Amino acid sequence: MSSSRISIRKEQRPPKLIDEEGRRVDGRRPDELRPVKIEVGVLKNADGSAYIELGRNKIIAAVYGPKELHPKHLALPDRAVLYCRYHMVPFSVTERKSPAPSRREIELSKVIREALEPALFLEYFPRTEIDLFIEVLQADGGTRTAGITAASVALADAGIPMRDLVAAIAVGKVEGQIVLDLCDIEDKYGEGDMPVAMMPSLGQITLLQADGVYTPEEVKKALELAKKGIMKIYEVQREALKKKYIELKKEVEEEYGKK
Amino acid sequence: MVLYFSQREIVVPGQLLAKGPYKPGNNVFNVGQNIYSTVVGLAELKNNTINVIPLKRTYVPSPGDLVIGKIINVGVTSWQVDIASPYTAILQASDAFLKPIDVTKEDLRKYFDVGDYIIAKVLTFDRTRDPLLTVKEAGCGRIDKGVVVEINPSKVPRIIGRKGSMISLIKSKLNVEIVVGKNGRIWVYSKNPKAEEFTVRIIKKIEREAHISGLTNRIKKMLEEVRLSE
Repeated sequence: MSSSRISIRKEQRPPKLIDEEGRRVDGRRPDELRPVKIEVGVLKNADGSAYIELGRNKIIAAVYGPKELHPKHLALPDRAVLYCRYHMVPFSVTERKSPAPSRREIELSKVIREALEPALFLEYFPRTEIDLFIEVLQADGGTRTAGITAASVALADAGIPMRDLVAAIAVGKVEGQIVLDLCDIEDKYGEGDMPVAMMPSLGQITLLQADGVYTPEEVKKALELAKKGIMKIYEVQREALKKKYIELKKEVEEEYGKK
Repeated sequence: MVLYFSQREIVVPGQLLAKGPYKPGNNVFNVGQNIYSTVVGLAELKNNTINVIPLKRTYVPSPGDLVIGKIINVGVTSWQVDIASPYTAILQASDAFLKPIDVTKEDLRKYFDVGDYIIAKVLTFDRTRDPLLTVKEAGCGRIDKGVVVEINPSKVPRIIGRKGSMISLIKSKLNVEIVVGKNGRIWVYSKNPKAEEFTVRIIKKIEREAHISGLTNRIKKMLEEVRLSE
C-alpha cells in the first residue's frame, strides 16, 4: 500500500523542469527573477516593517527596538542583541504546517540573524535588544532569502543604522543548468539550491549555503548569477524605502499647491 | 571629488554618497575615500562635510540634554524614569531636592508618583550604566498642567527651527508655553484649551512633513488661517 503511494508520487514528478526552448516550469528563462514587490511601513505598531512578494511568496517582516532587554543578564555590554524569529504560518503551505517552531525554522532564524548582523551597527546601542519577526504568509521556495530581503528593509525603516541593505536570492542547479531564483518545484526536484545574501554596494557576502554537488566552474557561475539577481532586488529595496517619503512629499505639495 | 547626490535628496543605507577627500559627518561611514549613508535620511554637504539627517531615530541620552520623562517606579531613594529611550533613567533623591531630605522618614511618592511627567536634565550617561537625571536646574520639575506630545526624536530640530525660529513663531502666534525635550517629548500648555489642541496639531504636522521643503511657510499659513475663540 505504502510503496504504491510512493510510486504514484514518483510518477507525479514533473517530466521536465526545463523544456526544449530553455523555459522553466513557470515559463521563466534560467537567468530570470520572479516578479518582486516590496512595501514599507505596512504595520503601524512596529518601529519598522516591510512586506515582500517574490512570485508566490508573501512575507511580512517587523522590527521593534532598540529597546531595553529583559531579562537583563542576557544583555551584551558592548552591543545590541539581535533577536530573530523566522516563522511560517500554518496556511503558508498546502499541507498544514504546525504553528510550533520546527527544527528548520529555528535554524533559519539563526542563519538569517547571522546574515543581517554584519550590516547593522549594533555597537551603537549597547545593552539593548532589537526584535525582528519574519512571518511567511505563503511559501513557494526561497523564503529565507526573501525573508532576509524584507527584514533588511524593515530594519532600515526602523531607523537602525546600517552599513548596507542586505539583499538575498537563491540560485541552484536544475537539470544540469545553473538557474536563478528557484521556485518550490525546482527546489524539490532540482539537483541543488544555493541561497546567497549580499551587501551589494560593499560587495560582501553575508550568507552562502548550498546543497547539491557543483563543480568549481558551476559555483563561480552561480555566484555571478546570484549577484545579478541581487542587484535587481537591491534596486527594488531602495525604491521601496524612498517611495514612502516621496509619496508624502507629492501629497503635501499638491495640497499646498491648491491653496 | 565626485558627489552622487543632490542637496537634501532622500538616501538609504549603503548608498554611495561621495568619493574623494570629503569629511564623513553624522550618519555616514567611510571605506577609504568612499562615503556611504547608514540611515534613511536627507543627504547634505556643508563645509566639505557630508551629513545625513535621519528620518527616524532612537533617542540615546547624552549629558546635558533636557528631556521629558515619565515616572515608572518609585524606590526608597530614587525614581525610575522612562525617557522614551532604550535606557531607563534614574533620578536619585539627592538630585531632586535643593535641601537634602531624610529618606528614612519620607515617602518619595509625595513628590513624584508613578505616571507623573517630569522635565529633567541628563546628568551623566556613558552607556555602561543607566543614565542619571537631575531636576535641580531651573525649569525642571513635575508637569502638572498642559499636555505632553510624543514625536520621533529625529524631528526635534525641525520643531525648534533654525535658532529657535519655528518654536518662537508658534509661541508668539498662539500664546502657548512649549518645552521641547531632546527625547522627542514636548510639553504644551496654554490657558486656552483650543490653542493647546491646535499646537498639538501643528507639532504633528511638522513631524509628518519635516523632510519636505517650505515647511515654515506651510506652518505660517496654518497659523494665519486659524481662528481661536477664547
